[in-house]
Amino acid sequence: MAEAMLKVEGLVKRFGGLVATDNLSLDVRDGEVHALIGPNGAGKTTLIAQLSGFLRPDAGRITFTDRDITALPAAARVRLGLARSFQITSVLRDFTALDNVALAEQARQGHSFRFWQPARSDRSLRGPASAALEAVGLAHRADDPAASLSHGEQRQLEVAMALACDPRLLLLDEPMAGMGPEESARMVDLLRGLRGQRTMLLIEHDMDAVFALADRITVLVYGRAIATGTPAEIRANPEVRTAYLGESEGT
Amino acid sequence: MTELLTPFATWRGRIAALVLVLLGLLPLYAPWLDAAGIISQKFALTLMTRVLILAIAAISLNLILGYGGIVSFGHAVYIGLGGYAVGIMAHHGVTNGFLQFPVAIGLSALFALAIGALSLRTRGVYFIMITLAFAQLVYYVGVGLEPYGGDDGLTINRRSDFAGLLPTRGPDKTTAFYVVSFVVLLLVLGLVHRLVNSRFGMALRGAKSNEQRMQALGMPTFRYRLTAFVIAGAICGLAGALLANHTEFISPAMMHWTRSGDLIVMVVLGGMGSLLGPVYGAVAFLLLEEFLPGLLKVVLTWLHDGVAAVLGPGAGALESWLRLAEYWQIALGAILILVVLYARGGIDSLFGRPRHG
Repeated sequence: MAEAMLKVEGLVKRFGGLVATDNLSLDVRDGEVHALIGPNGAGKTTLIAQLSGFLRPDAGRITFTDRDITALPAAARVRLGLARSFQITSVLRDFTALDNVALAEQARQGHSFRFWQPARSDRSLRGPASAALEAVGLAHRADDPAASLSHGEQRQLEVAMALACDPRLLLLDEPMAGMGPEESARMVDLLRGLRGQRTMLLIEHDMDAVFALADRITVLVYGRAIATGTPAEIRANPEVRTAYLGESEGT
Repeated sequence: MTELLTPFATWRGRIAALVLVLLGLLPLYAPWLDAAGIISQKFALTLMTRVLILAIAAISLNLILGYGGIVSFGHAVYIGLGGYAVGIMAHHGVTNGFLQFPVAIGLSALFALAIGALSLRTRGVYFIMITLAFAQLVYYVGVGLEPYGGDDGLTINRRSDFAGLLPTRGPDKTTAFYVVSFVVLLLVLGLVHRLVNSRFGMALRGAKSNEQRMQALGMPTFRYRLTAFVIAGAICGLAGALLANHTEFISPAMMHWTRSGDLIVMVVLGGMGSLLGPVYGAVAFLLLEEFLPGLLKVVLTWLHDGVAAVLGPGAGALESWLRLAEYWQIALGAILILVVLYARGGIDSLFGRPRHG
């Protein structure tokens, strides 16, 4: 069995009286696509925020490639190889699409204490950034301001930026959020193409996408992981059916 | 070669070049203005030297405010630190400019490092209040410095001496100092242009646009913001050292919080996040400050005569009308409100949009 790349043990996060993450344990294995599903308010985005370093957990431990990263700042985690995309599109709106990805490449290459050479004509930045845009199918929008991109295109840009960080583990927070069926299908194709190359932890509401992509699925309800298993196991799990799948099929 | 000419392809670039050429050639046409009876040569050069120096200070503020989104409300403190460094050293007989200026710049940079390290961890109003508080702290230290004149300030008897390369007395000193200030302005413009387009500049501007996203890309934004804060402080300290030489006088008033407000007004008026914006802002602000009262008096006299022609003596004395010109800052305020409401990019945005966002 493949080794755990990311290990979460006994994670707790409270907001006042609300327990958003309730003694959660989870592991993501090297090379797998691990999907995280759960009804709204299950604490999925809160979990991603803790894994990526934007929220400090109240208790528990996060280990990434055998290193305790529980207290590490967000930017340092990215440099270790843990990059994320955002559920609510978060791009640099007044920069061009290419600039957005070039900044990711710039961060990946190390420190930015270079004060003299113009960054926008730096081939070592523009080259890989163009390639990343090409990979998500946005090459034709490279020089347009990110704010002028359609919602679907901004979602693609999100993924291109996360990919440009060259992460070992990619945290994807609802990459298909707000997308039409056609755009969704393209995103599923894109993510399927990344299988085997990147380890991914995928949060997604689109069940077809989840069952098409995931090697393993963890079901989150009220901040707790109630089940983890292959898509077939999850589909057959009675607890999951009542807590989540049944409910969503009923609506 | 063609690359050098690209700025002239747009009106924005042409106007920038025109403004710089007009500023740079002032010593050549100032005698002509004098002869034509428009403005005395000495007055023109003295006024415009002040404009150049405050433009340098405004450019340094624009680096953090316009490009970094860092609203420092205590930026004039570095003018004070740079000025006091020169003034205090001169007071003790150390007039070597090669010593004074590095001390002025270094002291400002160190102070910026200390303030920035503490304040850049906060956001919004808290950040503004902390920068303001630090600046006021130094202001009151200046007021309390009795050996150096306290509240009344200190006259500088000898300007910085650069191994005799620069005339420090005699009729040429005004022109020479203007030229030096202009060259420093050009160097600072060149430096900031390089900075904001470098990897460092992209990191700084990215942090302004979306700091959380930058961190999610692996950019430790704090250290780049702090570095920009220190560079801005150092450049403004240089402006302070120049200003002390220009006025041959230092006092706590140089770093009063209203001076910090003036710098913000210059940047906003000229155009935040534009290279030349602070220069336009400094020119516009200081020329309005200088000439608006006189201009208002002309307008008020004209209005008074018009009203008097209709009402006769009922119009009242001209003097009471002219007293209104004392409130010229109201007109400046109105101009600023118009800029903020209708020309967000300031004066610079009137000349067309920049090529990059």
